Amino acid sequence: MTLIRHELRRAWKSLLIWTGALSAFLVICLLIYPDMKKEMDSISSAFSAMGAFSSAFGLDTLNFGTLLGYYGIECGNILGLGGAFFAALAGISALAGEEKNGTAEFLLTHLKTRSEVVTAKLASVLIQIVILNVCVFLLSVGAIAAIGETIPWKEVALLHVAFLLLQVELACICFGISACIWRGGLGIGLAIAVGMYFLSIIANLTSQAEFLKEITPFGYANGPDIISTGCLDSGKLLIGLALTVCGIALAYFRYCRKDIR
Amino acid sequence: MAGNAIHTENLTKYYGKSRGVDCLNLDVGTGDFFGFIGPNGAGKSTTIRTLLGLISPTSGKASVLDMDISRTKAILNRVGYLPSDAAFYTGMRGRDILKLSADLRGKNCKARAEELCDRLQLDVNKKVEDLSFGNRKKVGIVCALQHDPELLILDEPTGGLDPLMQHEFFSILQEQNREGVTVFLSSHILSEIQRYCTRAAVIREGSIIACDSVDQLVKTGTRRISLRGIIRQEDVPGARNWSENGDAVSFLYSGDINELIRILAGIHVEELTVAEPDLEEIVLHYYGKDGDQA
Repeated sequence: MTLIRHELRRAWKSLLIWTGALSAFLVICLLIYPDMKKEMDSISSAFSAMGAFSSAFGLDTLNFGTLLGYYGIECGNILGLGGAFFAALAGISALAGEEKNGTAEFLLTHLKTRSEVVTAKLASVLIQIVILNVCVFLLSVGAIAAIGETIPWKEVALLHVAFLLLQVELACICFGISACIWRGGLGIGLAIAVGMYFLSIIANLTSQAEFLKEITPFGYANGPDIISTGCLDSGKLLIGLALTVCGIALAYFRYCRKDIR
Repeated sequence: MAGNAIHTENLTKYYGKSRGVDCLNLDVGTGDFFGFIGPNGAGKSTTIRTLLGLISPTSGKASVLDMDISRTKAILNRVGYLPSDAAFYTGMRGRDILKLSADLRGKNCKARAEELCDRLQLDVNKKVEDLSFGNRKKVGIVCALQHDPELLILDEPTGGLDPLMQHEFFSILQEQNREGVTVFLSSHILSEIQRYCTRAAVIREGSIIACDSVDQLVKTGTRRISLRGIIRQEDVPGARNWSENGDAVSFLYSGDINELIRILAGIHVEELTVAEPDLEEIVLHYYGKDGDQA
């Protein structure tokens, strides 16, 4: 627990900034929804008539004029991409950051086995992701209530669960990579988050690339699909779970054998 | 001697093709005040980091406090370690670091930490990034000592400490050693090894080339001969480290002293001193390419 507490204490500023920024963006989007709703008819038809662009972002399947359609798109953009960045950065810097900052020697000569360090670091990353998502979820439903709309609990909850799982998957993949590198690796983390996002965009653009949705966590954390089907794609989730487990296993396997620099 | 605090047997570590240590055999007895001497890149830190489980050996065996080095947690519970370059978490104050160190060990070390900070004149209220190298070193020293370990492994511990602090630091180590704590320290400062350590080992290119009590290491049979007179190096077979400054001549001699007296009797000598070389001279010779005994 000491190490988890220490990790969380060190991460709280970053967590606060990311949580505040993502919550603020989502809440602002929701607060301006009543004004936008008046213009929605024309906006929706304009958005849905942009061909490939509409497909890429799921604007062709969601009705931007409804709260759910609007929230599905905005939540995907803000919490999907922003949360992915946060999770990837938290995961990639968890283990490698100690070596980058020269503190690994201090940590690993203090009565902690490598696996205990990995467990504490992983727990800390996951706790941060959960805190961020719970805060964003509560503030979002609060904002929906504040603008006088009925809260579509099931769909909103599914969306948020999907993005939580997406972040956990990306964080765990990056966490596994973090055990294999000696430097910070922030670039790698960002590249993975952005890369996964663009894979889902490409998959939306053409049916020939639709298989990419199976690889990227943005495949199951897809607002239009979740809202239109009312559930999460269990096949894609299983692949995501497998990648998550692989990331964690890689972290334990590699870090417990790693020469600390 | 109650046993070995540190034992290595053909310990070898290669980083790819690059040599860390090669067939290193070392024994440090329980209760020793042991100096580990070697130039940069000789393998001192590699040896220490292997003993602490930070890196895995390529081959060979090693044990610390009679436990195989694979039992990292049990070893670390009884060891205090000071790295050569103590790095801490930025944003944390000295006292937070000391508390974290104690908490990670699951011990309450407040009283001991306060005593050590007082003796080392360490201001624990400053953030670590605002501390000088020497003061960061002091934080590291307190972290290594505050939990009353049985074995202290100190990698170049006095770097950054002023002479007064070095003196206080060694006083603390000597007190600990008298209470039965084994001290294993690597250092470039040979005078401090000679002054404080009871035993020492010299490592060169990854292998131990000499290991004995400091007294024995110094007593090699070699003498530093200094004289004023006219003499050439060819006149003294076996003379090494020859230096001349006008009529002042100095050299190392490890041959038959009677032979030397006969040679010197044939020339005019105004002054003559015969002394044991200090540890520094001996070690510098060990570092030399030929590696012959000094």
